[in-house]
Amino acid sequence: MATFDEMLLTHRLFMRGYPFSRYKIKPTPCSPLTKPLSQAKVALITTAGLYQEGQTKFDSSIKLGDPSFREISGDVLTQNLKEGHRSSAFDHRGVEDDKNLVLPLDRFREMVAAKEIGSLNHRHFSFMGSIIGPGDLINKTAPEVANLLKLDQVDIAFLTPV
Amino acid sequence: MCNQIVGLIQAAIERVGISTVSISLLKEVTEVIEPPRALFVPYRLGYPLGQPNNPQLQKRIIKTALSLLDRNDLPIMTEFEG
Repeated sequence: MATFDEMLLTHRLFMRGYPFSRYKIKPTPCSPLTKPLSQAKVALITTAGLYQEGQTKFDSSIKLGDPSFREISGDVLTQNLKEGHRSSAFDHRGVEDDKNLVLPLDRFREMVAAKEIGSLNHRHFSFMGSIIGPGDLINKTAPEVANLLKLDQVDIAFLTPV
Repeated sequence: MCNQIVGLIQAAIERVGISTVSISLLKEVTEVIEPPRALFVPYRLGYPLGQPNNPQLQKRIIKTALSLLDRNDLPIMTEFEG
């Protein structure tokens, strides 16, 4: 587990001063899974700033953070994904070595092959999590992705930070 | 910030009727945001699935996270014991 205390001073001061409680999720939404995992369709979401060859990179120059997302196609070769996260708060070497560390597509493909889960969606979604002002994310881009997943009849979303 | 953003995206997805579960690397943030279901993992920032090129560990983390989908007494936040 990472803690604020392990961070560089500038990151630590920022995290201690940031009004996280303003974004407390209330009431807690609850959508129970209504089928066994072995029949469920799964989509992966990461905030690792991954994108595919040919897609526009995330915009690191937006001060409050880039709330946009990239669609990752379900048949992508995992290691061919690019990582463009702007944060200096984490060590980027791990994800460079193995993209499954943040978007475990190959692990889920193995679980589909083993019939442990039903299927993987034909697309997944990537954000760049370094968003200080999440208004557009909350009101626009996160609901957009949610609606696309609903359209795809996804049963489970599995999300990873960096 | 990523841990907060994951929680906010997660809530948006759960709200449209899809079950969600997330990994968290920063308990201090996730416990304030309170996403529907989160698994705290004992790794540093940038390493949500533990280690690169360690499929066994990555899969154990995924399976533990997916096991939280059995629970609907939300929010539920629990530790990955390794």
